Amino acid sequence: MSMRSGRLTPKEAPGASAFPNLTIVADRGAEQAAAAVRVTEVSKVYGQGRGALLALDSVSLSVAPGEFVCLIGASGCGKSTLLSLVAGLDMATSGQIDTAGQRVTLMFQEPALFPWLTAARNVELALRARGVPKAERRARTLELLETVHLGGFGAKRPHELSGGMRQRVALARALAQDADVLLMDEPFGALDAMTRDLLHDELERICAERTLSVLFVTHNVREAARLGDRVVVLSSRPGRVIEEYDVPRQGPRRIDSREVSELAATITDRLREEMSRHGG
Amino acid sequence: MAADTRPSAITGLDNLELGGLPQQRGAGRVARSAWAAAWPKLLAVALVLVLWQLVHLTGWKSAVLKGPTVVLPDLWGLMHHALLWQALGITLRRAVLGYALALVIGSVIGLLVARITPLRAAVGSIITGLQTMPSIAWFPFAIILFGLSTSAILFVMVLGAAPSIANGLITGVDYTPPLLLRAGKTMGLRGFNRYRYLILPASLPAYVAGMKQGWAFAWRSLMAGELLVLILGQPSIGVLLNNDQDLQDFAGASAMIIVILIIGIAVDSLFTTADKAVRRRRGLLEPGRAS
Repeated sequence: MSMRSGRLTPKEAPGASAFPNLTIVADRGAEQAAAAVRVTEVSKVYGQGRGALLALDSVSLSVAPGEFVCLIGASGCGKSTLLSLVAGLDMATSGQIDTAGQRVTLMFQEPALFPWLTAARNVELALRARGVPKAERRARTLELLETVHLGGFGAKRPHELSGGMRQRVALARALAQDADVLLMDEPFGALDAMTRDLLHDELERICAERTLSVLFVTHNVREAARLGDRVVVLSSRPGRVIEEYDVPRQGPRRIDSREVSELAATITDRLREEMSRHGG
Repeated sequence: MAADTRPSAITGLDNLELGGLPQQRGAGRVARSAWAAAWPKLLAVALVLVLWQLVHLTGWKSAVLKGPTVVLPDLWGLMHHALLWQALGITLRRAVLGYALALVIGSVIGLLVARITPLRAAVGSIITGLQTMPSIAWFPFAIILFGLSTSAILFVMVLGAAPSIANGLITGVDYTPPLLLRAGKTMGLRGFNRYRYLILPASLPAYVAGMKQGWAFAWRSLMAGELLVLILGQPSIGVLLNNDQDLQDFAGASAMIIVILIIGIAVDSLFTTADKAVRRRRGLLEPGRAS
């Protein structure tokens, strides 16, 4: 496994000229100074010897403070692996991950709520884990539940809530950790399109209210185009950064807007091109 | 949602999604669920009584075998005797004491084995081995060690029940969903807090199942012990049953068996209730099912 440097040079993406807001980023040197997350030439190998699998190959990317970065790729591109590494749940084989001493939290595709606790207790436990005094916890819990529009559901247990509501409790729990960096691993992947659209709005609002740096993994191209300030495309087996798209933000977007559709089409073309490389 | 002044699409969707859940409450529901729980047991009792009476009517072993019409009044009479209640008191005291000991010892061993990996292989197989051992086979050993005493009985009860309890706890810890462990880790639950707020609550259903099985073993060991370890001046259920055997008192022996059955079933149903309560809280029971 040779350690090749950096990401591949981005090529001119097909359809890019049809989309004026889209710029392809070749050099992010200007942002190097103050990144919330910096991943430098990180590789991850699973197993050893002949059965070894190179999951991530010299991946470099950064998330600026307050930036919303979407990470997209086909199956097996190591998206989730990268998040686990940034979250500190797993160790990189080589390379550096720098989160500048900030608090990092991770949200999963499943809500991963504790089924024996009520919604409010789930959120409160995150507060307790970071040592918030008991007197403050109640008020903070209610505040967080209201942030995700679940003020009236604190006494419900996870199984009494719908999938979308559970995922919002999980979001409230993640916010309770008062993290600076929020890593999200396909958090809305298991939800229906209607609920997902509404949760995109909610997430956008919540991120606008605070300075959260978000690294959002998804396999849904439209979702990435809808949410990201920047979309990073990974190749598959091994995962490598092959393209980055800057998406200038001009107020709230809609998933069915023309800009989102066009960017999604561009990214889809790029991903198909990448997949056809595996087809032969 | 009075707290939220902004009407939003998402709360509307929530109300749509949760609107269909039926919320039955009140005295009618309690009565219905009590009846639903009671009727299979009543039917079982009736069936046994009918079968027993039929066997009695065939005249098989007619010299000793009495029908329920003789035994039930006999039991009724026994219930007005201080002796039965004294015996019951002694037996139940032993049951509580032996089970409590088994619970403490089983839990401590279970937790240690679950926590310390090197202990796992060795102690794990000892626990499995102990579970295959019929408890009655321990009595000669226990009597040599402790003499004909309550300690001998308690010793065998602990040997019978503690492995099940330990096993339940170990299973629960082992099968804590990895996703929840990851969630706990990102939340920063470490060390004692990780056990207190994550692993132990997560293992509760398996632990309760282990406690239930442990009770069954403890109760069997206790009955075997009381029949083998007869202690002067301590009339227990086992002693009364033994006396009935010596006196060839079929009605008395049958009455004692009914008493033993009732206690066993009553305590077992307590565990079943606890088990269901735990599962219901976690949404592990189908909502429509009463029993």
